[in-house]
Amino acid sequence: MAKQFLKGNEAVVKGAILAGCRAYYGYPITPASEIAHAAALYMPICGGTFIQAESEVAAINMVYGAASAGERVMTASSGPGISLKQEGISYCAGSELPCVIVDIVRGGPGLGNIAPEQSDYNQVVKGGGHGNYKVIVLAPNSVQEMCDLGMLAFDLADKYRNPVYVLTDGFIGQMMEPVEFPEPIEKIPEKSWAVKGTDETSDNLITSIELDPDDLERHNQKLQQKYAIVKEQEQRAEEYRTDDAEIILIGYGIVSRILQTVVDKLREEGVKVGMLRPITLFPFPTKSMTELAKSAKFFLTVEMSNGQLVDDVRLIIEGKIPVYLYNRMGGNVPSIKEIHDEVMKLMRLS
Amino acid sequence: MNNILKKSSSFYDVYERRPGADKLTTTYCPGCGHGVLHKLIAEALDDFGVREKTIFISPVGCSVFAYYYFHTGNVQVAHGRAPAVATGIKRAHPHSVVISYQGDGDLAAIGTAEIMHAANRGEGITVFFVNNAIYGMTGGQMAPTTLIGQKTMTTPRGRTVKNEGFPICMSEIIATLKAPVFVERVMIGDTKSTMHTRQTVRKALKLQIEKNAFTFIEVLAACPSNMKMTPSRSRQWVKEVLADNFPLGVKKDISEEFEPKDLSRMVVKNSELHDTLKLETAKVDSEKIAPYQEKMINEEIKVAGFGGQGVLSLGTVLSEMGMRHNYEVSWLPSYGPEMRGGTANCSVKISKKKIGSPLVANPTVLIAMNRPSLDKFEHDVISGGLIIYDDSLIDRKPTRDDVDIIAIPATKLADELGNTKAANMVIVGALIEYKDLMSQEVVLESLGDVLKRKNLIELNQKAIIRGAEFIKNLKK
Repeated sequence: MAKQFLKGNEAVVKGAILAGCRAYYGYPITPASEIAHAAALYMPICGGTFIQAESEVAAINMVYGAASAGERVMTASSGPGISLKQEGISYCAGSELPCVIVDIVRGGPGLGNIAPEQSDYNQVVKGGGHGNYKVIVLAPNSVQEMCDLGMLAFDLADKYRNPVYVLTDGFIGQMMEPVEFPEPIEKIPEKSWAVKGTDETSDNLITSIELDPDDLERHNQKLQQKYAIVKEQEQRAEEYRTDDAEIILIGYGIVSRILQTVVDKLREEGVKVGMLRPITLFPFPTKSMTELAKSAKFFLTVEMSNGQLVDDVRLIIEGKIPVYLYNRMGGNVPSIKEIHDEVMKLMRLS
Repeated sequence: MNNILKKSSSFYDVYERRPGADKLTTTYCPGCGHGVLHKLIAEALDDFGVREKTIFISPVGCSVFAYYYFHTGNVQVAHGRAPAVATGIKRAHPHSVVISYQGDGDLAAIGTAEIMHAANRGEGITVFFVNNAIYGMTGGQMAPTTLIGQKTMTTPRGRTVKNEGFPICMSEIIATLKAPVFVERVMIGDTKSTMHTRQTVRKALKLQIEKNAFTFIEVLAACPSNMKMTPSRSRQWVKEVLADNFPLGVKKDISEEFEPKDLSRMVVKNSELHDTLKLETAKVDSEKIAPYQEKMINEEIKVAGFGGQGVLSLGTVLSEMGMRHNYEVSWLPSYGPEMRGGTANCSVKISKKKIGSPLVANPTVLIAMNRPSLDKFEHDVISGGLIIYDDSLIDRKPTRDDVDIIAIPATKLADELGNTKAANMVIVGALIEYKDLMSQEVVLESLGDVLKRKNLIELNQKAIIRGAEFIKNLKK
């Protein structure tokens, strides 16, 4: 263990290297650029490759190449850049290539701005590109988790041969906090399916094309089975002061940090409130959510997007209890007071 | 001794991956250039003994199924992206022989950026670019290389300069770049030209095997089905018409003088990684920080000023030093264009408790280094809080009467020390002295680990001491 004070965007790179990642292909974009800076600084001297690609499209296809070759590989971007990468991510999912994509979300749509938002939720959690695929999505809310979940992302990617996102907002990327770094992993898992330029791998084929509808349907069914296992086994969520909670606040990323303070404040005022923070957005933490809905009077989802997260919460709760939304957009962050007042208002209503 | 003519061992004997009953012939039409070029490549891989090392990239287009045939590692990729994928593969396995194989739509239309930049980086790969002046698989649409006047499904009256511009000459473009080692345009027309193509294919692959050289071979070829010609007529067309528009020949060749490119990566042991990543836990004298272990600190600090005043580093120094005193800390900047020239601010939390929100809306301490910052944040400070402002720059007093106020001429004091830039550290010294937040000794000792500019450490140490002295005098 070594403790350091640094930015989320730097922690995710150092964690990745400790997790055996030795290739970074990316294109600069605010507020994710420090990830490229750190990768440029450290990848080569740790025995890896860094390339600033000519475009986001090229970058994700370099990732496709490195993943085909059996490497642990990553890229990073933000909203507009992720939109451009979607084609390649669909190919990675179709060809079942493990890779890690970090999305430090900024304001949208279009050029939007560079302030923090959570408006990439749909384009990341719902797949985003073409075809029947899913990606695993981890949502860190601290610099420590940028390291920890970043490392976990590589394990999950290899375990399921699937792209994994680390999805967070400009604040978590830009902020600095102390991080404890673990020892590096011993060895990355053996990938007998990869193409390595060896006799043993010369019968291997990486592809996403299946001309015959029956074959492609079988391939799709196989993917859906994989996603079902992911849904069953990989749900992760943090519950904060939920034991006797009658009101549950739901949020991820920077919002969950604010919610934690709101919960403490409301608890001091005697309000029985707790927080559920999805750590995995796919798989969505349906188990803890359903469980909490049994005893809660209502849920309040707080997000920095136009109700993208609340849609999923409502799908799970199926109208059993009211699910409300409080949101800000454009790079504005909901304040402790705003959320506090919203809870008080909803309590009067219910 | 007689050579037995047989299928190259770089091809599969039986094309098991090919759907349907026929597992012995290719999917290519009679007269198509792909089959011949595949054969020339496979033969060269055999002869050079590199089949096992080879990774073949199938593009989108008629050669999308090249992996039915080549008994090599195979990767099928998105339209236009083969050179980018090849980059990722070759960088991972520098010993491998990577073939990036593309058609004219793939390489010269949708994939223009990828080929230009792979060529410009001089990736150690071999590019085969099949130019038949038409889209084959999608059904005969215009290619970027379609000739003027040539009728296609999307130029039904013939390609015009006015509407579609001119056919693009990729070999000539690639040859203008510095990194490519060997660029030639060849054709599969008659036997003679095909035999010349064979030599060129071998030269290009050899240059990768021996020198990791980037080579680019454009192969003019026929698409009889979409040209609606017989196979023999289409080959004749390649020779007489296509080659007339796309001049054959070597466009660039620096293979003689090109030094072999070493693509191997640095070897770094796992045990060295923590050092390489500069992951080091700061050493702090526990005796010196002992008095601060029981303090119930819970400060929410807003630091604001002009960009360039060191506002952000004032915040990072406070938080890093806080971490060294075992406080929970967080630092959040206002980031982006604001940092470049305009105003800058950051939120710092230093607490004995776990930090929830890292945002500071109502600071316990406001550090205002210019007037707009004081104007903007003065009224956010909690009642009973503290405002520290640089009165050598700010020409008004705060109006609050429910907070503590320290007016410190930080910029003036820094100037006296010889550098305006140290004003931020004057304030650090003042704050930790006033609030008794941390051990000044530890802060001074650790400053070298925290500040990027090592030549200014002594000055900054003096600034911290000066700030603290100012407070001591104030308290007297």
